Amino acid sequence: MTTAEFAIETAGLTKRFGAQTAVDGIDLAVPRGSVFGFLGPNGSGKTTSIRMMLGLVAPSNGTVSVLGREVPRHLPDVLPRVGALVEGPAFYPFLSGAANLHRLDTADRHASSSTRRARVSAALDRVGLSHAAGKKVHAYSLGMKQRLGIANTLLAPRELLVLDEPTNGLDPQGTREVRGLIRSLADSGSTVFVSSHLLTEIDQICTHAAVMSAGRLVAQGTLDELRGAGDAYVRVLTPDPYAARQTLRALGLGLEHPASERRTDDPARVADTELVLAPLGSIDLEPETIVAALIAGGVRVRGFSVERASLEDRFVALTGEGFDVVQ
Amino acid sequence: MSSESAVTGARRASGWALLVSELSVLFRRRRTNALLLALAAIPILIAVALRLSSSGPRAGRGPPFLDQVAQNGLFVGVTALVVAIPLFLPLTVGVVAGDTIAGEASHGTLRYLLVAPAGRARLLAVKYIGAAAFCVVAVLVVVVTGTLVGAALFPVGPVTLLSGDTIPVGEAFARFLAIAGYVTVSLLGLSAIGLFFSTLTDVPVGAMAATITFSVATQILGALPQLEGLHPWLFSHYWLAFADLLRQPISWESFGDNALLQVGYIALFGALALGRFLTRDVLS
Repeated sequence: MTTAEFAIETAGLTKRFGAQTAVDGIDLAVPRGSVFGFLGPNGSGKTTSIRMMLGLVAPSNGTVSVLGREVPRHLPDVLPRVGALVEGPAFYPFLSGAANLHRLDTADRHASSSTRRARVSAALDRVGLSHAAGKKVHAYSLGMKQRLGIANTLLAPRELLVLDEPTNGLDPQGTREVRGLIRSLADSGSTVFVSSHLLTEIDQICTHAAVMSAGRLVAQGTLDELRGAGDAYVRVLTPDPYAARQTLRALGLGLEHPASERRTDDPARVADTELVLAPLGSIDLEPETIVAALIAGGVRVRGFSVERASLEDRFVALTGEGFDVVQ
Repeated sequence: MSSESAVTGARRASGWALLVSELSVLFRRRRTNALLLALAAIPILIAVALRLSSSGPRAGRGPPFLDQVAQNGLFVGVTALVVAIPLFLPLTVGVVAGDTIAGEASHGTLRYLLVAPAGRARLLAVKYIGAAAFCVVAVLVVVVTGTLVGAALFPVGPVTLLSGDTIPVGEAFARFLAIAGYVTVSLLGLSAIGLFFSTLTDVPVGAMAATITFSVATQILGALPQLEGLHPWLFSHYWLAFADLLRQPISWESFGDNALLQVGYIALFGALALGRFLTRDVLS
């Protein structure tokens, strides 16, 4: 058994499909024992990266090591130690939940036949599906399938769990349970690699995170590092964004990239107001001083705050905003 | 359990558990059972139709052996087999072999089998053995149902072979089982072709249709006298050439020729399927 420092390590990992580059030279380092959040908008290359880690897709360039061994070459050694939920659960609709897990467990040649029944029922129990074990999967709800998919990753003790959107389709109760499950897995020493586009999820359970955008890795580190990378911000809601920017600039504040100012879902916003963001940086100004300057500058201030960047702000700043999937 | 015995236990379990699971999933599936029921209906239809018609068929009309059925019910199974060989058996084999990999891909279970990890070559081998097992069962269903229905509706007695000799009922049934074996072997090449098509797509219906079309097209080529040079290379060339098994003494020559040809197809399309499947990006 190898004890590499990183559970997953990629170097220049690239995947091209024809002319399109889905994953563009990412260098990912997932420390052992971490709960690692893999963030990014839809279509940013998260799932393709995960498929390369699991040997489902061959990289066009670059290397991946999982649990200290290079894949795809050492996949037969690596995969039995990895539990994975990839791009949603998938099962035989004509088999029961228990029969599905039984079937997938037989695929692992290292899985012992004598303990199979017990391991299947323990995994079902762990995700709260014991009562539906004998029910055909086509009668399962999306949330039940998701739970069954997570149960499948728990059929054996794993050193690494790769969970792609684990709370997709789950009700709030189920989401809480999955968070609890991830914590208990991490407590037992497993590394958990969770991909998600839900920031609150990452915020609550992860120790580390990486952010993907348009196939590139735009940030990674501990959660505190990621949050800290964004300084305190001045947020101004106003119908006079031009005047506001001029005033802020006059105070010596740098202005944030315009992409992050567009279309923010702020409940305080009215139709004609815009959000102006300015990082406070090292400037030592009291909030009331800034407001006074804005008023003096003829800016109609409808909302004002100075706050530390949330993970969401960082995420939006890194990946852009809105429903436009980056191509 | 000591770690050493755990390792041996795991080794004993290796390989076979997936095959057992594959066979049980295949034969517990409603679709597989519907295919087998449809195959069983062929001898039943033949026997019932013959029983109900007042005048028996004239020799030389209809499928081979049909005129023998009224005298000896044992011939129902072979007659049904001859009827099923050109289209119906290849159709069911096409459905099962075309579904092997593409069916898993369309369910999304292929990625979970591979991540388990099943091993790509091992999964392909298990899938082919499953398809071959279906060939065995499909042919047996036709022969056994035919023999039972024939025995129920017609007199049964010693069988007169093509060479003019007469053999007792028990030996005749053994000969029919030999024919069933011959037909099973005939379908193994087509199964390998279906397996290969199945690795090319995530849409099982596409692989099934391609396999069945391939089988029909090959038989059309086999029927064109202008292409005589090509005929010995077609996998359907020996499909109906099992008359040797109904002679005294029994001749295994055509059985051997057929088996050799099918092994060639299995090697070729098995290698193509492996080459494709080992390097393929699984995106389903």
